[in-house]
Amino acid sequence: MTATVSIASIEKNFGGSRTLKGVSLEIEAGEFLTLIGPSGCGKSTLLRIIAGLIPQDGGSIAIDGQVVDDAPPKARDVAMVFQSYALYPHMTVFDNIATPLKVRRLPTLARLPVLGRWMPGLKAARAGVAEDVGKVAAQVEITSLLDRRPAQLSGGQRQRVALARAMVRQPRVFLMDEPLSNLDARLRVHMRGELAELHRRLGATFIYVTHDQVEAMTMSTRVALMMDGEIVQVAPPAELYANPSDIRVARFIGSPEINLFTAHAGPDGRIALGDEATPLRCDARGPVTLGLRPEALRIADRTTALTLKARLHRIENLGPDALLHLRHDQGGDQRATLRLPLAEIEALRRSGRLDAPLTIGADADAALLFGTDGKRLELRATGAARNDDLILQRAS
Amino acid sequence: MSIALAGAEHQGSAKRRRRLGAEIAPGIAYWFAAPSIVLLIVTLLLPIIVVFALSFTDYELGALGISFLGLDNYTALASDPTFWRGFRNTLYYVALVVPGSVLSGLLLAVLVNDLIRGRRFYQIAFFLPVTSTLIAMATVWKYLLHGRIGPVNHLLAALGLPQFEFFGDPELIMPALAVIGIWQLAGFNMVLFTAGLTAIPADLYEAAAVDGIDRPWERFFTVTLPMLGPTTMFVIITSSITAFKVFDTVAVLTRGGPQGASDVLLYTTYLEGFQYLRMGSAAAMTIVFLAIILVLSLLQSRLLDRKVHY
Repeated sequence: MTATVSIASIEKNFGGSRTLKGVSLEIEAGEFLTLIGPSGCGKSTLLRIIAGLIPQDGGSIAIDGQVVDDAPPKARDVAMVFQSYALYPHMTVFDNIATPLKVRRLPTLARLPVLGRWMPGLKAARAGVAEDVGKVAAQVEITSLLDRRPAQLSGGQRQRVALARAMVRQPRVFLMDEPLSNLDARLRVHMRGELAELHRRLGATFIYVTHDQVEAMTMSTRVALMMDGEIVQVAPPAELYANPSDIRVARFIGSPEINLFTAHAGPDGRIALGDEATPLRCDARGPVTLGLRPEALRIADRTTALTLKARLHRIENLGPDALLHLRHDQGGDQRATLRLPLAEIEALRRSGRLDAPLTIGADADAALLFGTDGKRLELRATGAARNDDLILQRAS
Repeated sequence: MSIALAGAEHQGSAKRRRRLGAEIAPGIAYWFAAPSIVLLIVTLLLPIIVVFALSFTDYELGALGISFLGLDNYTALASDPTFWRGFRNTLYYVALVVPGSVLSGLLLAVLVNDLIRGRRFYQIAFFLPVTSTLIAMATVWKYLLHGRIGPVNHLLAALGLPQFEFFGDPELIMPALAVIGIWQLAGFNMVLFTAGLTAIPADLYEAAAVDGIDRPWERFFTVTLPMLGPTTMFVIITSSITAFKVFDTVAVLTRGGPQGASDVLLYTTYLEGFQYLRMGSAAAMTIVFLAIILVLSLLQSRLLDRKVHY
């Protein structure tokens, strides 16, 4: 009950604008693939094209090796969970969940409003539907709600009904369009766990659309990051974070955002950060961008390879750790954020170092280098990585 | 807010309250409400009260004397065959016009709403009868349905079908008037249904498609019609009230004829009050008419309300 999904150079235009510019992606059977990107990047459009709800202008979709470009949603054997849940408000929870089964198992006439109820000879089929609805309702723990209408349910309960409606006919592929974004923060954390567990139990292919990087990072097997109608990078969550292929990926994934500094690659490829030489080399020449995650940065000491002068702007306490918001003169937006354990900040405060200009820095292997086109550049740390003469303790 | 007001009453009217920093004299709310209360009483409630009072008298327009009759006007109505004929004809008219105009309005709205091109044009075209004066258009209808020179009869003849004397046949006169009534109401109902259609979330149609509902009629019964429930209730109620008030086509085209076959409640009331000048009796008819509409609307909203709001 699982299938591969092949997306081959899908294009979609709305009016004059190109929403999808030839998107290709191979999704393995049983994979939890997340499409993430800022709003308007085309991720929901792509999901609707996979479902067969809107036709593509170019390219092809294959599910389990079969091209489904001309197949209606019904024939694609996919289920979809919508952001608004899209439950039928006039039906009970039972009927909502039973609808996809009735459509498949009962003859057309039996589904007529009012009249269909008296169609004879369908007792077994109806009992089968009721049994399957009962089973799936038990799985998502909504058995006691089957007689209610959606309006009488809380957001989390509606979410479960929507899931049950998707699960009930055991589709090969689940499509989810920001299913958690209408829930409150607490419930979202809880449902994240439940969805991951559901995926593990069902073993079906999940294609999950979200703009929330935490959802993408916590649940996915792989994440595809979309920008402006294109997939920028597809990788497992950890890889996407540690090894972004593009500056847009680096900026989108990670909170707070990655720190970007303007740097310069000299004629020998040696990179200078402001006036300070660094032990880093690359193959490019000229201006480059150096990225450092907030947790890679720290207050410079003798072992710090990359250094930078900065002034403290404010401290944001997050509980276990804190964010130091700094200002510097190294290009970009001249801001840097540094994540430190709270105890360390207390120590700095007591020593009075926070009041003076700071020297911050990071290890050479934490640096991410990007070219002027935004593409990631290969870094080669030289033997001078621990070179003491590069390090400044504190600005005087 | 309500606590503050209650407190003010407890502490006596002399005590001034503060709200958003301003000092507010107690009771000033009544002064602010006064203009609308006065207008409401003078323009809406008072006329009805006057009519209600008149219905117990023998008042005639222009007469100097007036005397109290009690329920005489009402008992006379109960045994008046003209009144009952008008009542029956009105019910017949409503029974034809309400389903006709609601269903055709719904059909037009669904058809026009799915158009990619020309949607505006069709919406305006179907709405035209609502904006045109019915008295002018009634003359056109009279010509169209005329027994000898009417194009409808010419068409029937050309098709080899029997011709009809629409305005001369007591059997056909109410259906003929109902056609005009439907023609005028359908466009208005279409606009109301169109508003209802645009409020249906696109997600629901997508969910239905994924669930396997891909036949248009099935989609209509699973999503469109249930979601139009509140609109449909409103359209049925307004259409019934409009249909009950049928007057101008009767006054212009038939004057209740032939042989009283198109006598309707409002026309009978009009004759009673303004032709025979018996205001007391006309007032009694008006009260009965009001009561019918009130009961009908209450009944419909009570019955339907439970079925259309989810």
